[in-house]
Amino acid sequence: MMEYGVSNFKAAGPMEQFEVTRIVPLSFGDLDVSFTNSAMWMVIGVSATLLFFLFATRGRALIPGRSQSIAEVLYEFVFDLVRDTIGPEGRKFFPYVFSLFIFILVANFFGLIPSLPGMPHALHTFTTTSHLIVTLALAMLTIAIVVVYGFYKNGFGFLKLFAPSGLPLWLMPLLVPIEVISFLSRPISLAVRLFANMFAGHIILKLFAGFVISLIGAGGFISLLGIAPFLGAVAVTMLEFLVAALQAYVFAILTCIYLNDAVHAGDH
Amino acid sequence: MSTLILTVATVTATQAHGGETAGLPQLDMSTWPSQLFWLTVTFGALFALMATHFLPRIGGMIEERRDRIADDLDQAAEFKGQAEDAQNAYEKELANARGKAQAIASDTRAGVGAEINTLHAEMEKTLNADIDAAEKQITAMKSNAAQAVREAAIDTTQAIVQALLDEAPSRDAATAAVDAVKI
Repeated sequence: MMEYGVSNFKAAGPMEQFEVTRIVPLSFGDLDVSFTNSAMWMVIGVSATLLFFLFATRGRALIPGRSQSIAEVLYEFVFDLVRDTIGPEGRKFFPYVFSLFIFILVANFFGLIPSLPGMPHALHTFTTTSHLIVTLALAMLTIAIVVVYGFYKNGFGFLKLFAPSGLPLWLMPLLVPIEVISFLSRPISLAVRLFANMFAGHIILKLFAGFVISLIGAGGFISLLGIAPFLGAVAVTMLEFLVAALQAYVFAILTCIYLNDAVHAGDH
Repeated sequence: MSTLILTVATVTATQAHGGETAGLPQLDMSTWPSQLFWLTVTFGALFALMATHFLPRIGGMIEERRDRIADDLDQAAEFKGQAEDAQNAYEKELANARGKAQAIASDTRAGVGAEINTLHAEMEKTLNADIDAAEKQITAMKSNAAQAVREAAIDTTQAIVQALLDEAPSRDAATAAVDAVKI
């Protein structure tokens, strides 16, 4: 390999960006709850969100400014989503769906901020939603709310969810297991969809970026070929912005649809 | 599809690190408690502040604006109603005034007409009286004149007869003679 300026940067492996690094070691007894880069980006995302909302709602202006408009648009977007999917009873779930949507949206977007080269790994950009345990926790929280509220609201009528009305009795033994399996797979699909999208997107980005480094490092004519993966990385970045917003929306709307089941299970 | 991604990712991961790390960072269970703990803390804080503070605040702002707009529309409707009332009152007043003006005009016209008629009648009466008086005077003057002419004829007759016969006839004879000559 020729000595080339850029080749001093060792292209990081595509998995390195997902590694969780301790920043401040902490523990509850045997439980390791260290403040990690993941925790740091959660704190950054939530703090940024809260600061934005603090700033946006400080004026309570009748004619909203720019930031207040954004806050109101987000509010009404999620509010309409909840109302259209669940109906008027959905109001009580609105804060949850809104927090979920904002949390995922901000996590996804902040994960797209480029890391500064040469920084220690702990300070690299980290996408908290690219970890299955995080998305699974959020999905399980949604399903837990669905189950608890479903039984609270409908009693055992909630179980009608698994036995759609108007079906001939002989179909029940076939259909009920299918419904149960589909219900149980909900948190998995909800969690894996978000995680896999973030994960795959960031791997592809890092692979393209790695190609650029490798090709430039090769020197001579081959260096020029580096433009191709570079353009690819730009295109994927743009796609990832779409995916970041879309997956937050998908998570929110599926949460609403599942909550709707809990609210209206007894009506079937 | 996710299984495929997982498989591919695992392979890439092991290749990239030359097998030095054990597969996916996501599957490293030692980081899970920390991630779950900080997710609970951050998401909990986000939810708590959103639910208790920011969302009611934004909702309030939107509500306030909606109310304000509704109020303004109501007020506008009220003002419009008031304007329409004022317009109606104005038109009514105008119609009244016009009617009154017409009444006054016709009253005046009737009054003036009556006065004219009275004056006319008075004038006519005066004129008629004048005419009557004049006619009477003319008749009187005419009969006076005739009398005077008769007297003169009688006197003339007496004088002519005196001159011719040198004897003055009596007045009665002269009168009879004059009366006998009927023109």
